[in-house]
Amino acid sequence: MAWNEPGGDKKDPWGGGGNEGPPDLDEMARKMRERMNKFFGGKGGGSAGKGGGRPLSLGLVAIVAVLAWVLSGIYIIEPAERGVVLRLGKFHTITGPGPHWIMRGLETVDKVDVDNLRTVSHRAKMLTRDENIVQVEVAVQYQVRDAQEYLFQVRDPDYTLQEATESALREVIGGISMDEFLSGGRGAIVKQTKELTQAILDKYKAGLILTSVNLQDPQPPEEVQGAFEDAIKAQEDEVRYKNQAQAYALDILPKARGDAARLREAAMGYREKVVANAEGEASRFTQTRAEYEKAPEITRKRMYLETMEYVLANTSKVLMTVKDGNNLMYIPLDKLMDNRGRATTAPAEEVQINATPTSPVEGSRGRTSSRDGGTR
Amino acid sequence: MMKNFLFVLLGAALLVAMSSLFIVDERQLAIKFQLGEIVESDYKPGLHIKAPWPINNVRKFDKRVLTLDTRPERFLTGEKKNVSVDFFVKWRIKDPAKYYTSFMGDERQAGLRLLQIVNNGLQLEFDQRTIKQVVSDDRSIMMTDLTTKASVEVAPFGIEIVDVRIKQIELPDEVLSSVYQRMRAERERIAKEHRAEGQEAAKGIQAIADRERTVILAEARRDAEILHGEGDARATEIYANAYGENQEYYEFYRSMTAYREALANSQDVLVLEPDSEFFKYFSDYSVK
Repeated sequence: MAWNEPGGDKKDPWGGGGNEGPPDLDEMARKMRERMNKFFGGKGGGSAGKGGGRPLSLGLVAIVAVLAWVLSGIYIIEPAERGVVLRLGKFHTITGPGPHWIMRGLETVDKVDVDNLRTVSHRAKMLTRDENIVQVEVAVQYQVRDAQEYLFQVRDPDYTLQEATESALREVIGGISMDEFLSGGRGAIVKQTKELTQAILDKYKAGLILTSVNLQDPQPPEEVQGAFEDAIKAQEDEVRYKNQAQAYALDILPKARGDAARLREAAMGYREKVVANAEGEASRFTQTRAEYEKAPEITRKRMYLETMEYVLANTSKVLMTVKDGNNLMYIPLDKLMDNRGRATTAPAEEVQINATPTSPVEGSRGRTSSRDGGTR
Repeated sequence: MMKNFLFVLLGAALLVAMSSLFIVDERQLAIKFQLGEIVESDYKPGLHIKAPWPINNVRKFDKRVLTLDTRPERFLTGEKKNVSVDFFVKWRIKDPAKYYTSFMGDERQAGLRLLQIVNNGLQLEFDQRTIKQVVSDDRSIMMTDLTTKASVEVAPFGIEIVDVRIKQIELPDEVLSSVYQRMRAERERIAKEHRAEGQEAAKGIQAIADRERTVILAEARRDAEILHGEGDARATEIYANAYGENQEYYEFYRSMTAYREALANSQDVLVLEPDSEFFKYFSDYSVK
């Protein structure tokens, strides 16, 4: 097979002939035969003289063919890519960014994007451990870790990753309760999902690595969202009720303390008042007593008369003498009161009639008030 | 003429040489047949030799991990509940010779057989378990068990099962609606609980405040009464001290004051017999 070995004589005409495409043997053989014919023909002609047109054109064709083959082997690897080179179907090498050359026909190259992140997202309803259903949305970013594995180990690694993610996520969600899912446990879910997915991928040797797993806001499914929102509102209501009660307490307690202070102050005022009154009255009494003791009789009389004067001057009065012991005297007090209520002067006469002639009766001035003083 | 014959010969030789070579890719497995009979199936990637067609021919298969992913299947759990399960099987061809004899190299046929085996295995696993176990507790055990068991079953076909994984376990619609109902009821319970607890706390806070207010006011009233008492006591003492100096005069003095206060009301009617000291001169002006 020396005629097919790389690095052989570049002028080898078959090197070019063997690289026209897929190894369709019949087609290849046919082409080769044609070229061989030309070549040998050319050589035969060439012996006649190098200046001959035919040999020259044959040589030219050969050179062009070789050149075309060489050029067709050039390929460029982008900065984000790696090229995996297979020689005769067997892994040969991995080439980095830049221009490279392969022997077309003997070698093949597969370019793999290893730097750019790829994204897969998945959104579904899932069962939790306590047989509730939650809505989960996850986005996974990943990239190729090992181009060789990526190409050779699994058919369709990207789809495999999608399946692995879904399976891992459901397993993780199935392991926790809904409350854990809705509150807090996000970091743990992300971590577990990532680890589990990575483990699955490693098991398949998919050559992929997860760079990040993002879990969107955990949500209950639409069917029960109303009830969930109400439950959250209830939590706020709970706080509100407490706040309102505290506001009530803060309202009434200071007022009560104010009332209490007022009561105390009023009582203090009362204490001062009665003591002061007592002192005043006591002083007044003590002082008059001193004078009284100097002339008791006359002072008594004066005070008595002054009092009586004051009392009688301010009240209505009925004077009568019952010296004879005649007790059958009729004084229509109720009428008297009644008439006084009607604001007339009549009662004076009426009373006069009933009273004994010796008892002068003096009616008071008419009054508009009908109230009964309660004293008789 | 001679030259032409040489060319034909050379061409034929080349043709033979070409048809006696074949390349096995990194991704491929190959088996070599000799007149329809498998003679070799253990090829590494690279260039290999065979006798030219039709003596030898070669078939190649995918060496990579393959995926079997079907529509969700229905299974009955231990408590006779219907669940729909979506799963996938990762498998690869391990022994191409056995694989070829079993399925004539048809991947679809292999997939169907595989599916049948895994389905049976899954049904067995589900039979022994409740939904809860399937969803949560035993999920990974189930998958590992299934992988192991199915691997044994498919070994004769030259297939290796890399993994069986359950993606989705879904409840049937009628169960689903009852799950939603339960979830709703649970949330309603929680909502009620929160509101009730809020009211409980609120009432407690109010009650404490009311109690404090009552206590504050009562204490204030107590203090006020004490102060009243103090005042009254002090006043009484002052009066007693002052009036005790001359009791007789006090009685007179106080009576006079009382008369003024009690009787000098203009609405009162006094019925009097004019024989008191006040009327001493009322009907008789002589010297007494």
